[in-house]
Amino acid sequence: MHDRAERPPGPPARQTELITVARSASRPRPPARTAARLLRGFCAVSLSGLLAGCNLVVMQPSGDVALQQRNLVLASVGLMLLIVLPVIALTLLFAWRYRATNESAPYDPDWHHSTQLEVVIWTAPLLIIIALGALTWISTHTLDPFRALRRIDATRPVAAGVKPLTVEVVALDWKWLFFYPEYGIATVNELAAPVDRPIDFKITASSVMNAFYVPALAGMIYAMPGMQTQLHAVINKPGEYAGLSSHYSGTGFSRMTFKFHGLDDAGFDAWIAKAKAQGSELSREDYLKLEKPSEAEPVKYYKSVADGLFDTILNMCAVPGKMCMSEMMTIDAKGGAGKDSTENRERLRYDNRHIEQGDEAPGSTAPASGRTPHGQEQPQGMKPDGNNPHVHENGTKPENQMPAPERDSIAPSQLNNK
Amino acid sequence: MFSNPDLQKLVFGRLSLEDIPYHEPILQVTFAMVALGGLVVLGAITYYRFWGPLWRDWLTSVDHKKIGVMYIVLAFVMLLRGFADALMMRAQQAVAFGANEGYLPPHHYDQIFTAHGVIMIFFVAMPFVTGLMNYVVPLQIGARDVAFPFLNNFSFWMTVSGAMTVMASLFVGEFARTGWLAYPPLSGADMSPGVGVDYYIWALQIAGIGTLLSGINLIATIVKMRAPGMTMMKLPIFVWTSLCTNVLITAAFPILTAVLALLSMDRYVGTHFFTNDLGGNPMMYFNLIWIWGHPEVYILILPAFGIFSEVTSTFSGKRLFGYASMVYATVVITILSYLVWLHHFFTMGSGADVNSFFGITTMIISIPTGAKIFNWLFTMYRGRIRFELPMMWTVSFMVTFTIGGMTGVLLAVPPADFVLHNSLFLIAHFHNVIIGGVLFGMFAGVTYWFPKAFGFKLDPFWGKMSFWFWTVGFYFAFMPLYVLGLMGVTRRANHFDDPSLQIWFVVAAFGAVLILLGILSMIVQFVVSIRNREALRDLTGDPWNGRTLEWSTASPPPDYNFAFTPVIHDLDAWSDMKKRGYARPVEGYRAIHMPKNTATGVILGVVSIGFSFAMIWYIWWLAAATFATMFLVTVIHTFNYNRDFYIPAADVVRAEGQRTSVMAGRA
Repeated sequence: MHDRAERPPGPPARQTELITVARSASRPRPPARTAARLLRGFCAVSLSGLLAGCNLVVMQPSGDVALQQRNLVLASVGLMLLIVLPVIALTLLFAWRYRATNESAPYDPDWHHSTQLEVVIWTAPLLIIIALGALTWISTHTLDPFRALRRIDATRPVAAGVKPLTVEVVALDWKWLFFYPEYGIATVNELAAPVDRPIDFKITASSVMNAFYVPALAGMIYAMPGMQTQLHAVINKPGEYAGLSSHYSGTGFSRMTFKFHGLDDAGFDAWIAKAKAQGSELSREDYLKLEKPSEAEPVKYYKSVADGLFDTILNMCAVPGKMCMSEMMTIDAKGGAGKDSTENRERLRYDNRHIEQGDEAPGSTAPASGRTPHGQEQPQGMKPDGNNPHVHENGTKPENQMPAPERDSIAPSQLNNK
Repeated sequence: MFSNPDLQKLVFGRLSLEDIPYHEPILQVTFAMVALGGLVVLGAITYYRFWGPLWRDWLTSVDHKKIGVMYIVLAFVMLLRGFADALMMRAQQAVAFGANEGYLPPHHYDQIFTAHGVIMIFFVAMPFVTGLMNYVVPLQIGARDVAFPFLNNFSFWMTVSGAMTVMASLFVGEFARTGWLAYPPLSGADMSPGVGVDYYIWALQIAGIGTLLSGINLIATIVKMRAPGMTMMKLPIFVWTSLCTNVLITAAFPILTAVLALLSMDRYVGTHFFTNDLGGNPMMYFNLIWIWGHPEVYILILPAFGIFSEVTSTFSGKRLFGYASMVYATVVITILSYLVWLHHFFTMGSGADVNSFFGITTMIISIPTGAKIFNWLFTMYRGRIRFELPMMWTVSFMVTFTIGGMTGVLLAVPPADFVLHNSLFLIAHFHNVIIGGVLFGMFAGVTYWFPKAFGFKLDPFWGKMSFWFWTVGFYFAFMPLYVLGLMGVTRRANHFDDPSLQIWFVVAAFGAVLILLGILSMIVQFVVSIRNREALRDLTGDPWNGRTLEWSTASPPPDYNFAFTPVIHDLDAWSDMKKRGYARPVEGYRAIHMPKNTATGVILGVVSIGFSFAMIWYIWWLAAATFATMFLVTVIHTFNYNRDFYIPAADVVRAEGQRTSVMAGRA
């Protein structure tokens, strides 16, 4: 009986959804449950035909941070509807009532001012904005992604002495690399975390900006090269959730997705063990290979990681011989190196996409690479397709598909192509 | 072409035959259609011997009315291009699921969404707004032209040059694949080494000069050229919103010019303003571009608000409710629009204090905006509302825009933005306000002032068809995007794995087809109206029982607008004149001093296309030559003292006499 009550109502088809909303042992709280019911009701009733696959993940999240953000969305919309609904209703009412053909309605062509009414039409929105502004100020501070979590969910504060799980995230072209410094492992395009343990994401990128976003877990934050952003979150229900880049970053952007697994403690330990058993080592050289642009990269595990690799990525000095930004900043903090700084210039240059080595991504501009501009090349890691023999496991090899640029090619040279 | 690569590079820069994407089927078809359409137009101009009049009366004209009409023609033409992009995106997203890659590879798709954004904002919305302001503002303040007539013509041709530069990228090379604001580091030389971003930069730089100059021009016009008696608080509300818009343009566009100049220096000479390394900071670009970009939103919407005010008041047969509060609301919005830019990137990691500050200032803008909606509402209250087409657009706007405003304020709450930013929810929001606000406003304005410009009304049947297709199509196209945003779907993706999303994209694509029918109905409306122009003819010059000065003169107005400068006693000057039994003077005409047409604007426009093309393709000799030409033409033009003339009194007598007899014949 008890168990039944927790099961959200809905057609069985819902349970086969891609992003599974797993049923956990923890009991949903009444307000959230009501809201979720209402939403499902909306999905199921109003547009049932369409919404066989309705999964408003932003409205039905599984992590406490996303849940608070969802509640904030609902509260703000509710506040605004207080004024928006009357406005829409009045518009339609006045448009109907004062139509020219309705001779019985009063007509007062000289009525164009009323101080009382003016006071009302400025005050009503003002009051709502005061309420919404207060809500904004408070929620922006409590839900600041840089702020450590105070609670696991509405009823449970974070117990004293609980150390959050640190995950270092790197947005590469076009895949995600996750480091677990606590366990010494790393993964590509797969993320996992134990349920109800706070997670502290430290996020950066290798070349362009991206945004790290797991809708079921928490809001997004940008991943930027040479900079670190932070996101604190917790997952409350076990399950497999979608993660993605939500800031356009170039050709491979659409396939820059990953799975996020919320696991119970035993499951998470097993996952770590699997990564250790199946994984290879991630040395700096391996990283530099991995960093090169590629699309739809399959999941990879690394059982061990070169010392301080994340820091070198963050400081843009993973390439041997480069000067780390932290070094430069230390020099600068001490007053700078004066004229000698010029000697550091080459070491500080950062070749983001390896264009100088000539192995930039498929689909890059034609003249830079000698590829034809509108190439039909199959992205790496694309799933095989029975109906379309063109799409197979191994992918096409650029050198087989595209003629190499001729030696005395008259193709115009690019800025970075000498 | 040349066997020596150095010579090739010297003559053609980085341009080569390979850069013309003639092997791309979609472009082949496009190119064929453009070539065919171009031939038909050129043939028709030749057949009807229209070259002379086209050159004398339109291209070289400094008449603000002609320039206004040309701006709007440009906007409609570019709307077709921008909308074609939209249809292609909708089609791609409706099919590209699972193993199906869709028909557009990322290389092409990414150019399309960039071009769609750039074209719709810079070459559709902006020309619409500028065109209507150009046409209407001098007429509403009782002036004979703008303050600087040649500058006006030059501004227009700069805008055309920018548009042509974007169009050229379709056929030679490629357009940017960066999104419409070209954020670095993606738009930097390392990540986007091709010509795409350069096309973007030069198109916007050149069009931006035009916009800035036209902003200065209209400010000077409104401040200095009002008819006697028209104090600031007797200005028609559209003139007020135009004034505020042009103040915004003048203050904001230099920022765009500067930030694009910095980006071009990064790309052309290897500076490090926005690169990752050597002290560059891409976050700075985000800030600068949005310090321009947010006011830009209000640059577009304020004139639309002005149009809705005029339309509501005219078709309700009432004075505008709360004129003073409307003016103050407009001014408050103008000022606040500079204090909100950071809300476009709450997710970049600013602290909670900064984020809440910008969130709350954003919400505060909704107070004056809300007041405006109430003012329109109470203008309708106790009115006699004639549901002509402009009024229909207005009511549709009031409902649609309120929804868009609500989702906008929602996005201004930073933690809510964290889950909705960059999602299709955001896309739905800004199309909700730009289509439901700006575009509906422009359509209302075009239908409202069309009889003034051409002397006959637009066909109401096809207008209503277009109205319903647009309105219903809008809801079909964008409501699914709100839902998809709540499903965690991000913008700018050209492929999806989750098949359950597909149905929503299909519905959105259906909405886009409805909008297509709306656009086609609009074209039919113009054709039918021109063919039935005698039946739709308006001889009074005041077909809607208007309230402002432009309705006091003939339709179309004579070159000099007003034979006598009107004297203003009250708000809604023409309504006041009618009420007090104003009798049109029929004698005492004098010669009228007018500016003379000049070809300098066209020449500078064409040469600047050459200049931007040369800069884009690194053809340095051509860049130097075109730049020198532009400089020379400008200098020569400053020595042109033959720039004004008098319309002889006899001509004025003839024109006004004709109007007198037409009106007498009607009565």
